Amino acid sequence: MPKLKVDGIEVEVPPGATVLQACEAVGVEVPRFCYHEKLSIAGNCRMCLVEMEKSPKPIASCAMPAADNMVIKTDTPMVKKARNGVMEFLLINHPLDCPICDQGGECDLQDQAMAYGRDHSRYGEGKRAVKDKNMGPLVKTIMTRCIHCTRCIRFANEIAGVEELGATGRGEDMEITTYLEKALDSELSANIIDLCPVGALTSKPYAFNARPWELRKTESIDVMDALGSNIRIDTRGAEVMRVLPRLNEAVNEEWISDKTRFACDGLKRQRLDRPYVRRQGKLVEATWDEAFLAIRQRLAGVAGGRVAAIAGDLACAESMVALKDLMAALESPHIDCRQDGAKLGAGVRAGYVFNTTIAGIEQADAILLIGTNPRWEAPLVNARIRKRYLAGGLKVGVIGESLDLTYKHQHLGAGPDTLTELAAGRHGFAEVLRSARHPMLIVGQGALARPDGAAVLSAARALAETFGMIKEGWNGFNVLHTAAARVGGLDLGLVPAEGGRDVAGILEGASTGAIEVVFLLGADEIDMSRLGGTFVIYQGHHGDAGAHRADVILPGAAYTEKNATYVNTEGRVQIARIATFPPGEAREDWKILRALSDVIGRKLPYDTLADVRKRLAQVNPVFARAEALAPAVWTGFGTAGSMTSQPFASPVRNFYMTDPISRASKTMAECTEVFVKAKQSAGKTGTHG
Amino acid sequence: MLRDADRIFTNLYGQQDWGLEGARKRGDWDGTKELIAKGRDWIVEQVKASDLRGRGGAGFSTGMKWSFMPKKSDGRPHYLVVNADEGEPGTCKDRDILRHDPHKLIEGCLLTCVGIGAHAAYIYIRGEFYGEWSNMQRAIDQAYDAGLVGKNACGTGYDFDIYLHRGAGAYICGEETALIESLEGKKGQPRLKPPFPAFCGLYGCPTTVNNVETIAVVPAILRRGGAWFAALGRPKNTGTKIFCISGHVNNPCNVEEEMGIPLKELIERHAGGVRGGWDNLLAVIPGGSSMPVLPKSICDTVLMDFDSLRDVKSALGTAAVIVMDKSTDIIRAFARLAAFYKHESCGQCTPCREGTGWMYRMLTRMQKGEATQADIDMLDDVTKQIEGHTICAFGDGAAWPVMGFLRHFRPEIEKRIAARTQRAAAE
Repeated sequence: MPKLKVDGIEVEVPPGATVLQACEAVGVEVPRFCYHEKLSIAGNCRMCLVEMEKSPKPIASCAMPAADNMVIKTDTPMVKKARNGVMEFLLINHPLDCPICDQGGECDLQDQAMAYGRDHSRYGEGKRAVKDKNMGPLVKTIMTRCIHCTRCIRFANEIAGVEELGATGRGEDMEITTYLEKALDSELSANIIDLCPVGALTSKPYAFNARPWELRKTESIDVMDALGSNIRIDTRGAEVMRVLPRLNEAVNEEWISDKTRFACDGLKRQRLDRPYVRRQGKLVEATWDEAFLAIRQRLAGVAGGRVAAIAGDLACAESMVALKDLMAALESPHIDCRQDGAKLGAGVRAGYVFNTTIAGIEQADAILLIGTNPRWEAPLVNARIRKRYLAGGLKVGVIGESLDLTYKHQHLGAGPDTLTELAAGRHGFAEVLRSARHPMLIVGQGALARPDGAAVLSAARALAETFGMIKEGWNGFNVLHTAAARVGGLDLGLVPAEGGRDVAGILEGASTGAIEVVFLLGADEIDMSRLGGTFVIYQGHHGDAGAHRADVILPGAAYTEKNATYVNTEGRVQIARIATFPPGEAREDWKILRALSDVIGRKLPYDTLADVRKRLAQVNPVFARAEALAPAVWTGFGTAGSMTSQPFASPVRNFYMTDPISRASKTMAECTEVFVKAKQSAGKTGTHG
Repeated sequence: MLRDADRIFTNLYGQQDWGLEGARKRGDWDGTKELIAKGRDWIVEQVKASDLRGRGGAGFSTGMKWSFMPKKSDGRPHYLVVNADEGEPGTCKDRDILRHDPHKLIEGCLLTCVGIGAHAAYIYIRGEFYGEWSNMQRAIDQAYDAGLVGKNACGTGYDFDIYLHRGAGAYICGEETALIESLEGKKGQPRLKPPFPAFCGLYGCPTTVNNVETIAVVPAILRRGGAWFAALGRPKNTGTKIFCISGHVNNPCNVEEEMGIPLKELIERHAGGVRGGWDNLLAVIPGGSSMPVLPKSICDTVLMDFDSLRDVKSALGTAAVIVMDKSTDIIRAFARLAAFYKHESCGQCTPCREGTGWMYRMLTRMQKGEATQADIDMLDDVTKQIEGHTICAFGDGAAWPVMGFLRHFRPEIEKRIAARTQRAAAE
């Protein structure tokens, strides 16, 4: 532990820490542009220069390892002169167009110029102008503003794993570019907007929309994937202006995926803002009373066994527990939260969560991916694996599709046959798993949402036990979900009760007439054509597949519009907070269910959010401890069976459109055009079509 | 005056065969096996005793640099990298070694590698040196064929490989860490130090980077003894040095001389004197374009070695003497140098990237007299904002010439400004 002195204050820092970190440890602020905790050290902005005793020149504190007996001074004339000088150099070729710059108000250069800049420029020569670069539909570039800190380059190369950003040219002609004027092909590309300390890289969809001081900031949770990224929702009035990441080392560190960041414009389109009732085959606007009445009339005299409910991928725990209680009140056993038909049970938590935890990936030394494409299903899980990969000594094997995962991996095979081979030790990768100290496997929904899913799950469990993935202090068995609602649904037991039907059974019953009424809680991913002549109640926030088929539409709230609980794929209970109110007549979801229950004479026993949360904790105690994460107990789950040899395929075929919100988003549509469709048509020549 | 007997580079002018046979006649590769047999510590001791200072510009003690290399390998190989990316304006000494005496360098590489525990040497040669590269490569091939290098080099049982790599014409790649980056196939940009190359250099392994001339004198030092070398020149500034004399002299040339020779004697004896006589001298840049300029008054008496030149706020650098007589437009000369540094700045760190362009633009204005007194102070200020604030020494090298120029020739700029103001008033 090196001990050094910063401005006369003695401080002890962990070995490997830099002088800058030592300065921060004693509360001395050091200005910086290029340094970023999560990126490699570049040391090129020279803003963090400090004086070190016995060194004739000031040193770059971000790059200098702290050593014993160093004496650092940060408030001497030498340091001040160095910083003022660097600041002046940064500004001479900077356009100083803050009034028309989107970074204004949250710009590092602006802030630090207040402390280290002059009140006027001494530079009278012509300024540099740089051509803007095309970085795709998400990142807007005004490259004249660039100060060449190279944070974006380092992010692309290190975190995102796409070597598509770099600097060409030399000296003052140096330019940051994508080399080929093509969009940055990464699901994490927009994080460079946050990293850019100036206004060179800004958000294209958000361009000229708002100033930071006009925005109200709400800390919340994302639902675009099952990761539960911690986000900050910036709103102005009733409008969500943008979504930014919030630091949570255990989950998303400080990144978010492009979908999380930009799908929010889908919150303004295709919204259900009032109830509808189908009359003479057409959906017509209705009042809440009319909608509830229509439901009461249809439900009258229908036996509970002929009513079913399906919870969708974005449903919050509050609405799901209300739905479950309502179905119980109606005496219907037919309830399911697994829209995709994944063969996961609700009983044993260790059997459906990401036991290793996302941060735990960093301890793994061998990873087996089964039927999953983490790059598209959970980009930040993928980024974590890449982070671990870069640290060295990680071996990754993939069973499923052959993919570009941004790190080196071995493609072992396409389907369950490889799983069998591996279990029997007949595959070369078996040795890798056996000799690993912390092996883990990740089963994706592509391996579970299929007829032999239960058998695959059981085989994966056997594999985990065979290769020592389950031991004291380490659980290497992981299920990677794609839906934000799923773990919460399973925790609450939204699976068929005794004699109940699952999603496939409900659809089956609907087409044969055994099921008369289906309640869809934001469920849009099922095959609506199989609902036959059933009476469909759709509660949700977007006019997507479910609403089109519905007989009664109950307008609900999107994730930004309610205080709601979500459980991420690790089983981490997190609370989303209301940032704006639902549009028009739309209401928070648990309230709708509570009101409906009253109308149909099965009043649910809670009137406030606190009551609902109490009920949640009653159903499953995990809900009593938000943010905390306790290891799940490893007990029996899964049923062995025979597997087909059909290859695994990831359920996410287009990363940018996976749910009603992202499907309604204009930005996501553009991304689909640029990143997905362009690739699908790659290889075609100009004469095609 | 250097005695012929003490001369190291006996084929500096290429009058004899540069190949292996010619080299052997000049005494190269003579008893190399015995020198190696004396062992690693002996080699480093001799070089330390010789007080040899790096010939690439900074003048760091070579023996000390070698002793920074780990004594025992931790599993990583050690490397020697020879900096043959000679790009400093005015400098052309390494070039003559590469094309006329390549075997001196190859033998030097072998002995140095023994001294630092390396089994491979990389010579990074300036891309424009095509003929030099060709000679060097052929000399390496000759050495391999003769069993002097390669497996069991010189029959000593020591394995030694030598690789020649061509640069692509960037001045910054002469900076040791940028050179290492370039050698690794990356963009030539200096690395942050620490870690220093002796701990983590080429491919992350302990590496010593030395100039061509430094390595090429090593065999002579080992053969004739460190004491012999140390006896030449002045204390702490020992040995012989190749001086490159260019500019307004009657006979521009490269010449090997003893360290500490008076500048005036160097120019008069070897370069045929300043054009138009010594009194026609305006200024001399004593060590390549990165070093501060000296006015005639200092040139009259100054000695050419590291410490003497440091005392007059300049430096020996590469010992490339650029002579300017009174016909020189000295403002234009320094504007041109500033243009060079602006063009060659790698652009990585702020002060150098932005400062070199600013200096160039101001000097270009001053050349025409389009400036004010305050501009001169500002230019001085800008040089100080660059100096010492950059990742590598390039920033210093770009700022020093301008600093020296302002120190000694400020009145020239003031005159130019006054003349223009007068002209403008008359119009």
